[in-house]
Amino acid sequence: MSLSVENLTVYYQTLQGQVKALEDASFTLADGEIMGLAGESGCGKTTLGFSLIYLTDQMRYIKGKVRLNGKVVPIWDNRKMDKFRYQDISIIPQYAMSAMNPTKKIGKMVKDLVQSRGLDYSEIEQEFIRRVRLVKLSEDILKMYPIELSGGMKQRMVMVISTLLNPELLIADEITSALDVSTQKAIAEMLVDFRNRKFLNSMIVITHDISILYQIADSIMVMYAGQLSEKGPRDAIINSPKHPYTKLLISSLPKIGIKYQEEKLTGIPGKPPLLLKPPVGCRFRDRCPLSYSKCKEVPPFVEVEKGHFVGCWKAVEENV
Amino acid sequence: MFKLENVSKIFKVGTFGGKELIAVDNINFSIDDGEIIALIGESGSGKTTIGKMILRLIDVSSGKIIFKGKDISRYKNDKLKQYYRRVQGVFQDPFSSINPIFKADRIFESVREEFISGISKIEWNKKVENTLLRVGLNPEHILNKYPHQLSGGQLQRFLIARALLLNIEFLIADEVISMLDASTRIDVLNLLGKLRESGLSILFITHDLSLGYYISDRSVILYKGRIAEMGATQKIYHHPMHPYTKMLLASVPQINQEWDRDVILVEDGGQWNEGGCVYFDRCMNPEKDQQCEYQPPELIEVEPGHFVSCWHI
Repeated sequence: MSLSVENLTVYYQTLQGQVKALEDASFTLADGEIMGLAGESGCGKTTLGFSLIYLTDQMRYIKGKVRLNGKVVPIWDNRKMDKFRYQDISIIPQYAMSAMNPTKKIGKMVKDLVQSRGLDYSEIEQEFIRRVRLVKLSEDILKMYPIELSGGMKQRMVMVISTLLNPELLIADEITSALDVSTQKAIAEMLVDFRNRKFLNSMIVITHDISILYQIADSIMVMYAGQLSEKGPRDAIINSPKHPYTKLLISSLPKIGIKYQEEKLTGIPGKPPLLLKPPVGCRFRDRCPLSYSKCKEVPPFVEVEKGHFVGCWKAVEENV
Repeated sequence: MFKLENVSKIFKVGTFGGKELIAVDNINFSIDDGEIIALIGESGSGKTTIGKMILRLIDVSSGKIIFKGKDISRYKNDKLKQYYRRVQGVFQDPFSSINPIFKADRIFESVREEFISGISKIEWNKKVENTLLRVGLNPEHILNKYPHQLSGGQLQRFLIARALLLNIEFLIADEVISMLDASTRIDVLNLLGKLRESGLSILFITHDLSLGYYISDRSVILYKGRIAEMGATQKIYHHPMHPYTKMLLASVPQINQEWDRDVILVEDGGQWNEGGCVYFDRCMNPEKDQQCEYQPPELIEVEPGHFVSCWHI
């Protein structure tokens, strides 16, 4: 097992109080697994991704344990984490377009980066250039500044840099969102290819776009308002979701073949709660068509089928 | 309702404006009464430029935009104001489309001051309430609020309501749902469908093909400022003829169909073939030849209402 997360809870400190952005998350990632992490804006998906590698100033570690190949990852300690970053756990951040230092040529930037990890760049250089070619970029790019590259080219460059040291875990945050559909497809397929070539072991792909996950992920985890709703194999989540939120979310997606005149899709009435004072129990219950008295307690995240976890009392009931 | 005749837009680019960028190149299409047209294209296709020209936010470089028999492309001052009573636009980012320090009532009030004089306060308030209800918002939850207190979906509907206060006949919706979450964006899309049923024509500008399929009657596929293909939405999606349309459809991620991994994509390198077919460099059609490289294809009607600009169909 590559990654295991137990009861991970991370809040944001604000002037008004603590924003409970991630509550009691427990899940595991198998070796080589590509897990898609989906949810709407503000659901905590980026918080979860970030807390595995870097806690920002406002983020507060509350509790929980993260293990990578059995070894505890000290996510609460920024300095100890430094050893893990890039080599063991790496990230392609949101807006990777602006992730590169604009004042340095790309080749120089990468050299500095590798040396800052105490490694000898000359040992890595050949492999680096091989990978640059692999993503269909020319070697000349190393002599260029980031501004000279198009969006898709920058995205690919950042992919190569982030995975250069063959990390155990890669977090890819909304990496296809700002791209045209054809570039989006190419980038998404490259991610899978990187996994297949073992440039990384397992990967968490964070996106609001579930249809992309259907194309590339092995498993999908859905979050709502800081809580895990459901995690399972890709096909189970898309074709037979068990959590009411996942069901409504997936049925609201437009697909080619469905027209307004013939079949009207529906959204989910209401809006997500504010996480400064989230409702007790299941945080989806105000918008949930199935909610009942039991939902005032936090539902457990239980395995209803092999590898398929659901955080909903109804699903627990049905399973008994 | 609208007819675009040989519309072009050339931007001056480069440090001293020495270079020219043809953003929209000799476009012709029309929009009928009560129709939703999807204008689909990737970044740099000219879709937003076309919307802005119809809204007169920028001038056309050449060509005519005929609205109900009159060329509006050079309208100014009073004539333009009259035009805006009938044609309005809503844009991608709702948060930057309104003054953040005004409350909702005051935003509506400025519409009254600017466009509708001689209406009593009571009548006006009634009209505002009815319009909010029409777009599916509860007036009590909206009036008296600042923009930042509303969600993205609410704001987008609020902006549509602002446009509807003017009894418009035509709405330009430029990427109105790309910033919204999945669970709320379908509501905005359904609202557009409902408004069309009550007679409004809509130009729906999007890069998302599945949204275009859901809501539009006809689609116009743009590439580098030219129309690649145009026709009834169902026809174009199920029987695409232009290689670009085919490529787009093969790259759209969908939850009911896996990508064909064997489709080889040539990505946009930022440059394109000038003088011939603009899609030449990326075209995967094995039949492509010198004619494609040096002669731009015309938009030809291959069957009634279905237009394609490709030498090899």
